[in-house]
Amino acid sequence: MTSTPMPAPSVKESVADAAHAPRDAGLQPGSLVSGVPAAAPGETMISIDNISKWYGDFQVLTNCTTKVAKGEVVVVCGPSGSGKSTLIKCVNALEPFQKGQITVAGTKVVDKTTNLPKLRSRVGMVFQHFELFPHLSITENLTIAQRKVLGRGAEDAKKRGLDLLARVGLSAQADKFPGQLSGGQQQRVAVARALAMNPVVMLFDEPTSALDPEMVGEVLDVMVELAKEGMTMMVVTHEMGFARKVADRVIFMDRGEIVEDAKKEDFFGSPRSERAQTFLSKILQH
Amino acid sequence: MNYNWNWRIFFDASPEGNGTYLDMLLSGLMWTIATALCSWFIAFFLGSLIGVLRTLPSKTANGIGTAYVELFRNVPLLVQMFLWYFVLPEVVPTQLGDAIKQMPDAPFYTAVVCLGFFTASRVAEQVRAGIQSLPRGQGMAGTAMGFTVYQTYRYVLLPNAYRIILPPMTSEFLNNLKNTSVALTIGLLELTARARSMQEFSFQVFEAFTAATLLYVIINLVVVTAATYLERAVAIPGQR
Ligand SMILES: Nc1ncnc2c1ncn2[C@@H]1O[C@H](COP(=O)(O)OP(=O)(O)O)[C@@H](O)[C@H]1O
Ligand SMILES: [Mg+2]
Repeated sequence: MTSTPMPAPSVKESVADAAHAPRDAGLQPGSLVSGVPAAAPGETMISIDNISKWYGDFQVLTNCTTKVAKGEVVVVCGPSGSGKSTLIKCVNALEPFQKGQITVAGTKVVDKTTNLPKLRSRVGMVFQHFELFPHLSITENLTIAQRKVLGRGAEDAKKRGLDLLARVGLSAQADKFPGQLSGGQQQRVAVARALAMNPVVMLFDEPTSALDPEMVGEVLDVMVELAKEGMTMMVVTHEMGFARKVADRVIFMDRGEIVEDAKKEDFFGSPRSERAQTFLSKILQH
Repeated sequence: MNYNWNWRIFFDASPEGNGTYLDMLLSGLMWTIATALCSWFIAFFLGSLIGVLRTLPSKTANGIGTAYVELFRNVPLLVQMFLWYFVLPEVVPTQLGDAIKQMPDAPFYTAVVCLGFFTASRVAEQVRAGIQSLPRGQGMAGTAMGFTVYQTYRYVLLPNAYRIILPPMTSEFLNNLKNTSVALTIGLLELTARARSMQEFSFQVFEAFTAATLLYVIINLVVVTAATYLERAVAIPGQR
């Protein structure tokens, strides 16, 4: 089922709206990450340890190793098909891998005693195509997992959901359905839905690449805010503006390998590998 | 053609002694409806389960689902009816077999189970197709939120899949309804069987089968209308 996004509200309109009835008010002041202790940098939140993955004979990931510290924002980039999505989907065990280990907030992903649904409920994920549940209202989208997974009461869940919806500027859409929202609005709801679970880590898989250009900003605003509030984030994106603004580190992948894993300044200043240089020059031309 | 039309025949007393021919047909209609509804209940739940099995990431589950569908879809319904009614009581332990044979309304229960299992194989295919037509990201989103496999199906995949397959499921419901007539071969006094006895008693073959046809058409219309209302009631705002 593809939902046809409504015509996008232009920036002008949404400013005008905000002045009167705030139908789409954009990012609002307040905290997005209540419940998550402020970042105590240094502590490792995600540890990816020498993982390899194959689809049959085809090796998608080759000995990938990296660490993400608490409160750190890591941008993952690289050419299409290089394994970026696969890598971050391994972090919450959406994709199984054959070799290596991943540890998230102290919990091993490959371990018979690990309760995977519980681990996943602490890792928020935002997808390229939003993946809101089309048959549920926005409020229900925000509350269903809180209730069914975390066991929160209907009232608590609704309060938390609506608070977050207000924070991403979409209070007026609470009773709408995903198919009635623009792509940018759906993606902001998707972020709020993930945050409603009080995740300790947020994963983003190209969260703006399915959006019309004029909607990219509103989603990035929310992500920038989240980063500033100290959320630990792994973000697959080609938005280098976002990377420059909030990333601590940039990982560059090519053909299933982590080719470069560097501080933002070093990466943009002088990427060591030729492949990263070529890639950067290509995407920065636009 | 030398045929004596007699449309008043419906109001003549039937030789069975309890009411008119019309009463006889209506009692057949009631058995048809009861059989159709009860067997649909089995078909819907069992079929959904089998359909889900075929979409799980487990070879064993897929195998069980596929075997079920191939078995029940490929053996003719009439043969299945005979197997359930005549063969099953002989192959189970004697005591159980005797109990089955002595059950009051045995043709009814047998028809319900037989049709339920048969239609389940068709429902399973619809459910599988419905689930597989959803974007892969939907299941992933559910899983990523921390839903268990059961919860992902219950809260995400099935509610969407059922909406998509509502039109073909209506057809399956109507097929199931019409298939109840096969149960006349094991002695169920449903509508077709009743039309046939009316014709045998009264020789008014055209009247009898015209009436039966009309009754089938009417319940089909009722079902189609109900399905249209159901489709409207569960339509998702914002989707075409
Ligand atoms: N289910 C799958 N079966 C086989 N190959 C796959 C599957 N999913 C992804 N791939 C392959 O794995 C590689 C990496 O994919 P992906 O992680 O989606 O790349 P990226 O997100 O960097 O574009 C691609 O070559 C893709 O074709
Ligand atoms: Mg990708």
